[in-house]
Amino acid sequence: MSKVIIIDDEPLARSIVTEYLQKHPNLVLMQECGDGFEGLKAIQQHQPDLIFLDIQMPKITGFEMLELIEQPPSVIFTTAFDEYAIKAFEAHAVDYLLKPFDQQRFDKAIAKWAEQKTNITEKATQDLLDSASLSPSQSQRIVVKNGSKIKIIPVHDVQYLEAADDYVKIHTQEGYFLKNKTMTHFEQSLDSQQFVRSHRSYIVNVQHITRIDPYEKDNHVAILRSGAKVPVSRSGYGKLKEVLGL
Amino acid sequence: MVADNAMVLNFFGLPWKAAIIDSAISNTLLLLACLLVMNTLRYYLPRGKQYINIFSICLFLTIIWLLLAKLLLRIALNHYPGYADLLHHSLSIRFSIAFLLLGCVTMISILWYNQQEQKEMNERKIDAEKLAKEAELFKLRQQLQPHFLFNSLNSINALIGSRPEEARKMVQQLSDFLRGTIKKEETQWVTLQEELQYLQLYLDIEKVRFGNRLATEIEVDENIKQLKLPALILQPIVENAIKFGLYDTTGNTVIRLFATKEGDNLVIKVLNPFDPETSSPKQGTGFGLKSVQRRLYLLFARTDLLTTHGKENIFTTIVKIPQVQ
Repeated sequence: MSKVIIIDDEPLARSIVTEYLQKHPNLVLMQECGDGFEGLKAIQQHQPDLIFLDIQMPKITGFEMLELIEQPPSVIFTTAFDEYAIKAFEAHAVDYLLKPFDQQRFDKAIAKWAEQKTNITEKATQDLLDSASLSPSQSQRIVVKNGSKIKIIPVHDVQYLEAADDYVKIHTQEGYFLKNKTMTHFEQSLDSQQFVRSHRSYIVNVQHITRIDPYEKDNHVAILRSGAKVPVSRSGYGKLKEVLGL
Repeated sequence: MVADNAMVLNFFGLPWKAAIIDSAISNTLLLLACLLVMNTLRYYLPRGKQYINIFSICLFLTIIWLLLAKLLLRIALNHYPGYADLLHHSLSIRFSIAFLLLGCVTMISILWYNQQEQKEMNERKIDAEKLAKEAELFKLRQQLQPHFLFNSLNSINALIGSRPEEARKMVQQLSDFLRGTIKKEETQWVTLQEELQYLQLYLDIEKVRFGNRLATEIEVDENIKQLKLPALILQPIVENAIKFGLYDTTGNTVIRLFATKEGDNLVIKVLNPFDPETSSPKQGTGFGLKSVQRRLYLLFARTDLLTTHGKENIFTTIVKIPQVQ
């Protein structure tokens, strides 16, 4: 017996999955969810083995929802059309179903999942999310979890990012938020004309810089509008100068 | 020219000083007249039959110039013996020279400004063609609307099993909708009634997809249903409203559309709720509303026909269609 959750914003799209699931008595449908927030709650509550997940949904996308889960279950994506997402699936997903799909195709996806179930690693899901984040829509905002609340930060509100062990501290006017990602991930997914890796442990939003002062020998420090000071290494100074056109 | 003029006057027996003062006064006045003509033509270029007006304006200006010059010269130089006589005799020749000069300046200005205008017009034309091409491409992409199309097919697929009658109805709606998109030309004008019927198809399909989450309120006076508007101009606006009002919110959504006639304009307002925290319709629309704005500009050469504003959770798009003819 495996537990299943469906997350899709269209009722009919959920009902077709429910219908196809009837042929698989070993799969038990725990809940149907209409958006990512509901999905998050349901996943915490039921700890499903498999979820069917749409990508384009209100408020937060399917990818953003997955990013907020510490140990995501296996995922079969169901989507109509998303060229970036499809690239990501081809590389990393268990399987993906392009709407509309028939029972046969659905059964195949389930079979594939059952076969891989034992050796699906968290790493694969992580890789999928990393490559999905490279699509343009994903680089416009960052979704973080703040206690039980979910916070959507538009990237232009981000002042700077700071490495902190396995996490990255995302500094905004309202304080900082933690995200379980690497600096390299953010360096790649954020717009390089706006976000510059000024230091091994810092990425700075150039739109928030008011001035850059010298600091000790060879080093500089960027002063932000908020008053925050961000270290700038020698190579970081070169990158900053290039982006700022100095 | 001042020097030439002075030399000629000197030749006719006027002392050097008087000759220079005379020519300075008359030439300064003439220069002012020329500048006046040039400046006028910059803003007002004659077309076709109006050239006769230009001729009369030249003539008129020359006469004014002559009278003014005569007056000033009398005041300045009448104490020179024989000057009054010389002035009197030279009036006709002064007149013809001034007229000739003003005429030339006018001609050259007209040619110059005409050429400038031509250049500007060419640039505008190239721009307009470029925009038309982009709009064409966008329309092609819009026609396909892969996301909408595949999701609708998926809904039909779901309905076939449980409610086959509804599935059949939706196939019909989707076909009519697609046929409408393909058939209509961007340049075509349609009545408000036709456009609304077409929109209704689109909204009905979305209602099937999203169930009771979507409600619409359309308020249009009977007597304005025959007013005309460019085909498919409302479609992107309503689509935008759906995108932010329905795709990006979680609760139930009401999309409102009001059409009224204000003066010579058909005014259509579309209201949709939006979530200011996660999205701003203005920022995110990209091509949708922009393409409407461009089409309106190409059709009416006005940029004030499409306005939007977001207040609290309601986003309003207002489009005005001037009723020409």
